[in-house]
Amino acid sequence: MIWDWAFAFEILPVLASAAIVSIEATLIGFALAASLGLVLAVVRIAVPWTGWTISVLVELIRSTPLLIQIFFLYFVFPKFGVVLDAFTAGVLAIGIHYAAYCSEVYRAGFDNIHRGQWEASVALNLSAWTTFRDIIIPQAIPPIVPALGNYLVALFKETPLLSAIAVLELMQTAKIIGSETFRYTEPMTLVGLFFLAMSLVSAALIRSLEGLLNRRTMR
Amino acid sequence: MTEQPMVRFDNVSKRYGALTVLDGLNLDIARGEKVSIIGPSGSGKTTVLRMLMTLETINDGVIWVEGEPLTHMERNGKLVPADLAHIRKIRAKIGMVFQSFNLFPHMTAMQNCIEAPITVLGMKRADAEARAAELLDMVGLSEKKDHYPSQLSGGQQQRVAIARACAMRPKIMLFDEVTSALDPELVGEVLEVIRKLGREHDLTMLMVTHQMGFAKEFSDRVCFFHAGKICEQGPPNELFGAPKNERTRQFLHAVLEAG
Repeated sequence: MIWDWAFAFEILPVLASAAIVSIEATLIGFALAASLGLVLAVVRIAVPWTGWTISVLVELIRSTPLLIQIFFLYFVFPKFGVVLDAFTAGVLAIGIHYAAYCSEVYRAGFDNIHRGQWEASVALNLSAWTTFRDIIIPQAIPPIVPALGNYLVALFKETPLLSAIAVLELMQTAKIIGSETFRYTEPMTLVGLFFLAMSLVSAALIRSLEGLLNRRTMR
Repeated sequence: MTEQPMVRFDNVSKRYGALTVLDGLNLDIARGEKVSIIGPSGSGKTTVLRMLMTLETINDGVIWVEGEPLTHMERNGKLVPADLAHIRKIRAKIGMVFQSFNLFPHMTAMQNCIEAPITVLGMKRADAEARAAELLDMVGLSEKKDHYPSQLSGGQQQRVAIARACAMRPKIMLFDEVTSALDPELVGEVLEVIRKLGREHDLTMLMVTHQMGFAKEFSDRVCFFHAGKICEQGPPNELFGAPKNERTRQFLHAVLEAG
């Protein structure tokens, strides 16, 4: 028989604890991506002379593979005295990589704000900080929640790349089980199912968040 | 000593590339004066307000507010372009109401009116709310204070926008075609609020308008703009009653014909 239920149940606890690592990497990575992306998008507008530098940076990050960036942070940075453990380096790379994508999403959100909103903020003498915090960001975010949500799911599905620098997340754990027992069917299937389930759950959560935000703004 | 003008445009020019929108504008507005700006579209009349609100930069000249430069600041006895801190200090004296209202759609009428007083003037929430309640009462919208802009008619939105601008206690109020986006039956309620504001508050008012009847009845002075210059100005009964300039006559004829 190809599928061994007993074996599947035996490895389940090990995979479950590895899944925690995958989820941690996703949540920390996305928190970093969402906040750094927002900072990049805001700075680009608030400090016009940074525009060119930020565009180049974003383009550079988006145009090189995430795997290379992970390797760079983990293997090359120590040469410059920056030594990071595998999990930190990996999560940092994922966060920065997706921050580049998120910053473009925020930018599109800001572009959609009517010019009159900026002008009213000037006429009321609001500071740039208040204008972003109270006027622009609250209006820009709800429409881009679906796009940000897509990146959350995409980011989650890329966490197996962390196995390349031996972070003990799901993929790496499954590989180790496979190489020790010569059974790959169960661990890989379970890992695949886990990703499927989590992606569906997050997609559903994002949809309900979207609905909630729409109800709040479509008064 | 004569009293300083509230606003002075001193040889102010505005260009977009090769297009000159305003050409060496000189205009003094006295404290408490109500000035209407009329003229054909493209004559630069809205630009005058937008420059004063610092929504547009200027290419030449200096704008003064109560004797202090708005667009510039003094450094070592010379006028240099103003930095943001200086602009914000002077700009605090000016409020503006827009053609398209520009209320914050995610905030109620009340929240729209207290946002700037709290964050810019540092008022306590309770004080800001009390002040906003008074102003919403002045514009006749006390019961609508918890409504969002999308739940209000155009005329009501514009009245909230007027209350919001007043909440910052400006000395100068700018009205940029504030009734142009409204259905005809809603124009009256907004003009009534502006009349009331003129009577009850010691405000200098500068308005760009297509409402000739209102300009005639409300203003102390009317300026007719044409091709980036003031073509003719004077008290409304003179300018409307006996325009001296041929262009003014043509414009008034065309507008009154249509109205």
